[in-house]
Amino acid sequence: MSTKHDVKRYPGLGALSVAFFVYLYAPLLVVIIYSFNANRITGVWTEFSVKWYGSALNNKALMAALETSLIVAVIATVVATSIALMAALAIIRGKNVRFRKVSETVVNLPLLLPEIVLAVATLILFSLIGLQNGLLKLVIAHSAFCTPFAFLPIRARLQGMSLDFEEAATDLYATRWTTFRRVTLPLIFPGLFSGAMLAFLISMDDFITSNMLASGGSTTLPVYIFSLIRAGTSPELNAIATLLIVASLILATIALTVASRGARDDI
Amino acid sequence: MSDTAHTAHASAGASPARRRPLNLAYLGLLPSWLIMGFALLLPILIVAAVSVSTRGAYGGFEWGFDLTGYSQILFNEGWEGEMEFTPQYLIIILRTIVLAALTTLLCLVLAVPVSYFIAQQSSSRKALLVYLVTLPFWMSLILRVYAWMIILGKDGPLPRFLEVFGAPSGLSLMYNDGATLAAMVYTYIPLMVLPVFASIEKLDGTLIEAAHDLYGNRWVTLRRVILPLTAPGIISGAILVFVPALGAVLEPILMGGGKQMMMGSLIQLQFGGGRNWPFGSAIAVMLLVFVMIVLIILALRAARKEAAA
Repeated sequence: MSTKHDVKRYPGLGALSVAFFVYLYAPLLVVIIYSFNANRITGVWTEFSVKWYGSALNNKALMAALETSLIVAVIATVVATSIALMAALAIIRGKNVRFRKVSETVVNLPLLLPEIVLAVATLILFSLIGLQNGLLKLVIAHSAFCTPFAFLPIRARLQGMSLDFEEAATDLYATRWTTFRRVTLPLIFPGLFSGAMLAFLISMDDFITSNMLASGGSTTLPVYIFSLIRAGTSPELNAIATLLIVASLILATIALTVASRGARDDI
Repeated sequence: MSDTAHTAHASAGASPARRRPLNLAYLGLLPSWLIMGFALLLPILIVAAVSVSTRGAYGGFEWGFDLTGYSQILFNEGWEGEMEFTPQYLIIILRTIVLAALTTLLCLVLAVPVSYFIAQQSSSRKALLVYLVTLPFWMSLILRVYAWMIILGKDGPLPRFLEVFGAPSGLSLMYNDGATLAAMVYTYIPLMVLPVFASIEKLDGTLIEAAHDLYGNRWVTLRRVILPLTAPGIISGAILVFVPALGAVLEPILMGGGKQMMMGSLIQLQFGGGRNWPFGSAIAVMLLVFVMIVLIILALRAARKEAAA
């Protein structure tokens, strides 16, 4: 069928879609371009310079915030992924499980409810029970809202996998634990890996909850960036933003590639 | 399945030394119930309790039954205890609903043609384009909003561009509802494109040809064939955008400035500088109720469809 008479085609769709992708990426590109501007004022271009990258990397408060974010994100990722893996195994593989549907909704609750409500709710809870440790507060809250992001890819992988391999292992007298370690775990690894990556990214990016729970010594990267934005134009900000955009780009690409690989060689 | 569970239960009751080991599945579910119960369900109950408590003298709250948190939404208590109607918070609630609805609508208008275009591509190009749509979603929300502060702000690319067409110099497009809306559409659009694309991709092309054979032009085909058949994707995309848009915080704070608040930024303020926890909790409960209404309507629809099938 020639393109011209293909009734499934709508004129102007291609141009509109190109414009859409420009719209999606132009704002990020603007930040990246301005990060190389020597002028202190973002909007006024003077000349190309990488000096703001140097001063960003020497910024002690920024590095402290990055460290806090990394500590919280790594612990929350491990906790959330473990919880999600156990829940996914129980929900998909468990036999005679009651409350299956309710449990699945509970795991996904953080996706359904507005984050600001959860943020103030945990703030009140922590102040009632007198929890003072800033890092611990962040780890608990982050572990909770990262769980569904780890859960969904793991569940998808488990659902797409046939039981044959596990049954074969059992037929060959493998114990439940050996079957899990040598058969199930390697097979669901793509889902597990991308789930963990997404949980990590969500934790690193979180602003609303972290800002609500932030106290001295537990300022995360997004909370620090917010304070820079609030303080007015800080020329380092564009350099910091560019570094973070590139870092998320790499991590998200790895996570999404592994996830789609896993989906393609379905078993 | 529930039958076997029942018999297992009954036999366990009959013989005290039952051989059946503990169902490991419940052990697997335990951690998720524990963390969601402790860090999510319990705190939400506490918020509901705080919303009907008294404001503490130095911020925070004191237990007790007091509906001031809710009455404050509509009335302001005067010096002599008289209740005076104040529309300011009602305006914030209405702005929240209108901006969230507009965001959903604009995302939809953008997502349908783009998804349709992506669905027509070869499978490798399809994968690439879906990846490109998804990618920004995994980038820091605060930075995506910040990018729009640069674009719309004083000396930003868009005001500069408009100057060419005679706009006054030094123009800033920031700190109004339009700026908030622009940032919201930008940040939530991937959530709309993905489900809409998923259902457009499944669309049977022969139905479009059939509509054409029956003398339906492109517009009629779109309205009568394509849109009704992709309704499930459109509805789930609308929910995925509308629900978080109702709770938007960063967009109104950064783009709308101090005065153009939404419910999310109002809550944030009550627990930050404002220090009125019962009032903030009351707004949080309202926001939660709005979201629940949307989700319940959706669940009822799904149940009705299942019953019909």
